[in-house]
Amino acid sequence: MTAPIKDYLKQSKGFHSAKWSEPVVMEMTGTGRRGVVFEDAPAPALPGKAARKTAPALPEVTEHDALRHYLHLSQMCLGMMGVSLFGTCTMKYNPRIGERATLEHLKNLHPLQEAETLQGVLELYDNFSDFLCEVSGMDQFVFQAGGGADAAYTHACVTRAYHASRGELQQRDQIITTIQTHPCSPATANTAGFEVITLSLEENGYPSIDQLKSVVGPRTAALMVNNPDDMGIYNPDIKEWVRIVHEAGGLCFYDHANFNGVMSRLRARELGFDACMYMLHKTFGAPKGGGGPAVGAYGCAEHLVPFLPAPVVVKEGDSYKLDEDRPQSIGRVREFWGNAPQVMKAYAWARAMGAEGLREAADISVLSNNYMDWRLGQAKGVRRSNPGIDAPRMEMTRHSVEQVTADTGCTVFEISNRMTDFGIDALWLSHEPWLVAEPFTPEAGELWSKEDIDYWIDVLEHVIGEAYADAELVKTAPHNGPIKALTSALDDPAVWATTWRAYERKHLKKMAAE
Amino acid sequence: MKAHPWMANSGGSAKQEMLAALGENDVESLFAQIPEDHRMTRPLELPPQLSSEVALSRHLDDLMAKNTVFAEGSCFRGAGAWPHYVPAICDEVVGRYEWQTSVFGSPTSDHGRNQAWFEFTSQIGALVEMDFVGLPVYSWGCAVGHAVRMASRMTGRRKVVVPAVMDPERRMVLETYCEPTEMARHIEIVTVAVGADGCIDRTNLKAKLEGAAALYFETPGYLGVIDADPGELCTLAREAGAEAIVGVDPLSLGLLEAPGAYGATIAVGPTQPLGVHMYAGGGVGGFIASPDDERYAREYNTLNISISETREPGEFGFGLTLFHQSSYGMRDEGKDWTGNSTYLWSLANAAYMAAMGPEGFAEVGRLIMARAKAAAEALNALEGVAVDLSRPVFKEFVATFDKPVAEVNAAQRAAGILGGKDLTGEPGIAGNAMLLCVTEVHTQEDIDRLVAAVKEAIQ
Repeated sequence: MTAPIKDYLKQSKGFHSAKWSEPVVMEMTGTGRRGVVFEDAPAPALPGKAARKTAPALPEVTEHDALRHYLHLSQMCLGMMGVSLFGTCTMKYNPRIGERATLEHLKNLHPLQEAETLQGVLELYDNFSDFLCEVSGMDQFVFQAGGGADAAYTHACVTRAYHASRGELQQRDQIITTIQTHPCSPATANTAGFEVITLSLEENGYPSIDQLKSVVGPRTAALMVNNPDDMGIYNPDIKEWVRIVHEAGGLCFYDHANFNGVMSRLRARELGFDACMYMLHKTFGAPKGGGGPAVGAYGCAEHLVPFLPAPVVVKEGDSYKLDEDRPQSIGRVREFWGNAPQVMKAYAWARAMGAEGLREAADISVLSNNYMDWRLGQAKGVRRSNPGIDAPRMEMTRHSVEQVTADTGCTVFEISNRMTDFGIDALWLSHEPWLVAEPFTPEAGELWSKEDIDYWIDVLEHVIGEAYADAELVKTAPHNGPIKALTSALDDPAVWATTWRAYERKHLKKMAAE
Repeated sequence: MKAHPWMANSGGSAKQEMLAALGENDVESLFAQIPEDHRMTRPLELPPQLSSEVALSRHLDDLMAKNTVFAEGSCFRGAGAWPHYVPAICDEVVGRYEWQTSVFGSPTSDHGRNQAWFEFTSQIGALVEMDFVGLPVYSWGCAVGHAVRMASRMTGRRKVVVPAVMDPERRMVLETYCEPTEMARHIEIVTVAVGADGCIDRTNLKAKLEGAAALYFETPGYLGVIDADPGELCTLAREAGAEAIVGVDPLSLGLLEAPGAYGATIAVGPTQPLGVHMYAGGGVGGFIASPDDERYAREYNTLNISISETREPGEFGFGLTLFHQSSYGMRDEGKDWTGNSTYLWSLANAAYMAAMGPEGFAEVGRLIMARAKAAAEALNALEGVAVDLSRPVFKEFVATFDKPVAEVNAAQRAAGILGGKDLTGEPGIAGNAMLLCVTEVHTQEDIDRLVAAVKEAIQ
């Protein structure tokens, strides 16, 4: 637990992150040191021009140096070490049992082992598919997609195969989504070859049925939406939407990224959806790794099962097999059958929660968010999105500090940076486009204590107070982090350098010449 | 219900306090937005809760005991996931709770991970000798797919030439990325013949390249063959106005020429060999690299991390560049899509490459080739087994048998050995063929056991 801020400010100078002056590892070279050695073997005779002429310009460090360097870097990573209410990402505890179990049991399994040697992990896949089918009402889950966006892509590919099987793919070339749906739905629909139609929000906070009807037709291949959206607004017309799209011959995909609040209260299939996706690294407790390895668990109803990416784990009698003989399958979206360690961690999380735990988590996440809304409603200069909508929001809400920015010049970026000085993970703001000015979107979830949540809000209020009293202090934040704010114009091709090679060429050589 | 160890507010008075603040008696009223006829009418029917860690741990152990795990040195199967040695420091680095659990943060608050990402891209850049490297994608196959789509956008062409012999897993991913023929932006996949020497037939290639957006080939190839002059292939591609996309195993690059040095315009490859366990396929990842030229840089679908200055003179920071062209910036108008990928593994990759250094890569390359050669020769010496010894191979090679491979492998399994991948029936493969993988983890004794088990199996 974190101490309440009032005392925290009185008692000490407060939080300061670790600050190691670690060089870029590429600078740690030219020493002749070794970090890993292998047995000697004769140099092979390589054909023609195959041999490398210049050794790669890599670091030369001892094993200890390499370990220490990366441990120092890990220590300069705040993440969940303070309080992280990073919206849409559903920050949960990532149980350590999952780490231990995957190292003990999965690390040396090969994905192309014969199924008879994979019975344990295949049973786990099958059990977890059953678990998610009960949670969603779908008929089969697969785990090949390497993230939520990859599951959206899977759906776009399943949509292609479904309409192709009916001879309608050329005709059905449009996928409908909404501006509040995560960018991965329109982006993957486009990558899969579809034209994307994006519905705009109306006064209730979601697009109207009339707007949907105006774009649905014989070209409609699918609807891809989330619900509730990132504002915490639930579209009550969603069943009617599904009916309208189905009537026109399209499929309906439910991006369940924002599942935490509706978990155990509604099921995608019962709303009529043909398919849905859960992010195991968000809702189901697997770690996020700063961006994967992740799993977009993709589930669908019976009529789409033949099109699923192969192989699919199927039970035959008392044993399990990886079924590859699926003539209508879309093939692969990624090699093999998924990030098994993440599936196992999510399965472990789900089993430890059970039905009553899922209900409790949903209750707590919605209650905590509404408690946050209540407190943030009293914070100076903070305004909730869609202020005209009084109904309690779901598991997260978008807010705005537009008034603070107008009064003080401090943007939400700067406020967020200053909050990190108190051990608060950077705020999640909003996806593009910003429909709400100076947005931020916290999601309390079920992990964090009321004290953590109160501390988070205390820090925001404190920083807003600083913005009014001493804007410069906020604008120059962070002050207690491992480094100061970045200043380079990174979108300038003369400046950006995504490798040390490029940095040396663009900057070091230039500096030497000067 | 007991207070749950993973939910702070499930115990004590917190819920009541929050409800009281809201003036509510019950959480149910907070779900008012969900219409009655949207709701489930019964409780979920799920297996019993295992909130006790001892019970959960036992359950996982019991379930996983049903797997057969082949001991290190007993797995001779590669083809997209390879048994390499993972230094202990790599597991420690990726196991750090700080960055394992972090989602994104900011360039300052999560500075360490941003620096480590830059060190991943920088070290890949050093291995392939290219200046622009994106953050990793889901897998090698996905890297091929994105690279081909980049090439198609850059050239305005809709055809890619690939070798007739290509890993079917990667090929299937590429087919998905190239879209079906019904789609207006479909990319045609054309195969180029592979000669008896295991390399791409140059004459055939010239005939196939016209109008192509890209040539994609690998060296070492799917079957372990090293092309004697990959630069010639790249030149032919470039002369035809196509991008030269080369797939490389980064562990081969201590010995083999860097693609950037022989004229590849895009390099892709797997990251699992760099310090990540196989994890039943969950260890895979892929990279994309190219010259640091706007023509390429502005087509990346990946997130891209750049070194930067900070407000503190002399201090480095690391932030995203070219974010706006991603799907986060431009939705359906962005470059393909990006999202969660395999970023945690890139930290293992960075630690691995740093510890290896230039000499480590050369040393492991020599060892892999020596061990693979020893295994190939010993197998070829058996009656009923044939391996083409006329050319050097890296890590993987084909053995053909008089007997069906499935039978040979079944006998090996009985001896505690995971034999090679059964290639029988794959395009360009004749007879009962097996793709064996021999690496630095295999000792001479392991190879002897493999050969003895094969001998036993074919008698």
